[in-house]
Amino acid sequence: MKNFKPNIDWQDKVIKINDLYKSFDSNHVLRGISLDVHKGENIVVLGRSGTGKSVLIKIIVGLLSPDSGAVNVLGKEVPALSNPELRELRLKVGFCFQNGALYDSMTVGENLAFPLKRNTPGITRGKVKQMVETVLDAVGLSQTLHQMPSELSGGQRKRIGIARTLILRPDIMLYDEPTAGLDPITCTEINNLINEVQHRFNTTSIIITHDLTCAKVTGDNIVVMKEGRFIKRGPFDEVFESNDELIREFYDYNFIQ
Amino acid sequence: MDSSSGQPEKPVVSRGLDNFFLDLYSIFQFIKRFFKEALRPPLEVREFIRQCYMVGYKSLALITMTGFITGLVFTKQSRPSLSEFGATSWLPSLIAIAVVRALAPLVTSLICAGKVGSSIGAELASMKVTEQIDAMEVSAINPFKYLVVTRVMATTVCIPILVCYTGLVAMLGSFLDIYMNEHTSFTTFFQNAFKNITFLDFGTTTMKGIIYGFTIGIVGCYQGWRASQGTQGVGKAANVSVVVSMFLIFLEEVVIVQVANSFR
Repeated sequence: MKNFKPNIDWQDKVIKINDLYKSFDSNHVLRGISLDVHKGENIVVLGRSGTGKSVLIKIIVGLLSPDSGAVNVLGKEVPALSNPELRELRLKVGFCFQNGALYDSMTVGENLAFPLKRNTPGITRGKVKQMVETVLDAVGLSQTLHQMPSELSGGQRKRIGIARTLILRPDIMLYDEPTAGLDPITCTEINNLINEVQHRFNTTSIIITHDLTCAKVTGDNIVVMKEGRFIKRGPFDEVFESNDELIREFYDYNFIQ
Repeated sequence: MDSSSGQPEKPVVSRGLDNFFLDLYSIFQFIKRFFKEALRPPLEVREFIRQCYMVGYKSLALITMTGFITGLVFTKQSRPSLSEFGATSWLPSLIAIAVVRALAPLVTSLICAGKVGSSIGAELASMKVTEQIDAMEVSAINPFKYLVVTRVMATTVCIPILVCYTGLVAMLGSFLDIYMNEHTSFTTFFQNAFKNITFLDFGTTTMKGIIYGFTIGIVGCYQGWRASQGTQGVGKAANVSVVVSMFLIFLEEVVIVQVANSFR
């Protein structure tokens, strides 16, 4: 559980999604999704694989276009944005990929410095070095500065992925399966890191997962997704009091006490 | 596909032909985007120089070896036919024409299609399937400009230079063989070799280098950019890059030779 009180502004909706539909050929992935995310809130989207969770956050960041529906992020209608406007928005929305998506040909330090240098014209080398060291310290991996991504473990890659996102100081963090494929101890470390990021950088987050521990530890609110629709929303304990078959199934498989 | 009914849409002619024209359209769109992004500042100078180093400098050893051997072997193979007519003194001129007009651009571009084209295709495909390209996109970096434009420009600039270099190395290979057999001096060899080479020959060869370089870059990038299906897609992108580049290079060779000959 969180050892701090999240600073959530319930009046300020930073992400507003209304009646969102997305299909790939005949596969209807999202079927009328609506969701509001408040400033400072950590929302966990829970659901089985293939229910459209990752598609949802890819639409939020503009990597995919919806078939219909409205997606408003920080006051901007994402599907209507031009490429330069989209790039401007992306500076404020961090996206952490499932496997880190680190650039193989660069060291950890270069991976972190790359987006910073590209998006901050005129930044000095000293400032870049300082910011790289700060975010590496924030994810607890200062010793990996000169290592290549291939030399890192799965958990380290995810942490560096988070660090690379944090270096641009985003307002919103989107985590795609942050604990998938990790051992329980590393999962705990990642969950704590997500909470620390929320606390230290005052970010709003959407966390896509099917890991109930992650949902319980990091989520201020949980939404459960089934066949492209949200079937339940609320705080963890409230959601899992439900008698819905899918929710019960999730709960039983994850052995949450 | 018809998403509303869930039924596959009926092909206009046949599925194969439909896909062929769809591919053609998407290649056209890709090339159009390349020119649009290439002409829009700023140019990714550092990445462009890095790519020139990868395409040009890293290919030098292979190009030197193949160019030298090509000149040497072509001279050895041509000598018996010419000596039948007592015309071995024509060897330098014959070799120069063959090397400048056809061998240098073809050998260089085929070697580069194999070495550079496959490497570009595999690298971009691997970045695509591991979401590194998406990671660039969400970091507010234009991956097309950073990855595609720099690579295509590097191949377009470096391959004509490599073609000239191959020509020189091939002529050195040829000179070595002629010197060993006919004891022709270096100066006489090069005077004889280049007396029949015109500006049109040099111009056409440089143009070939530019066109083949662009073809290798754009095919490699296109195949890598649209890769899917995980690691299988990476292998496929590398393989298809080489096959398509080589095929297109031969097609372009036929067209360029026809056009160049109309000016002779």
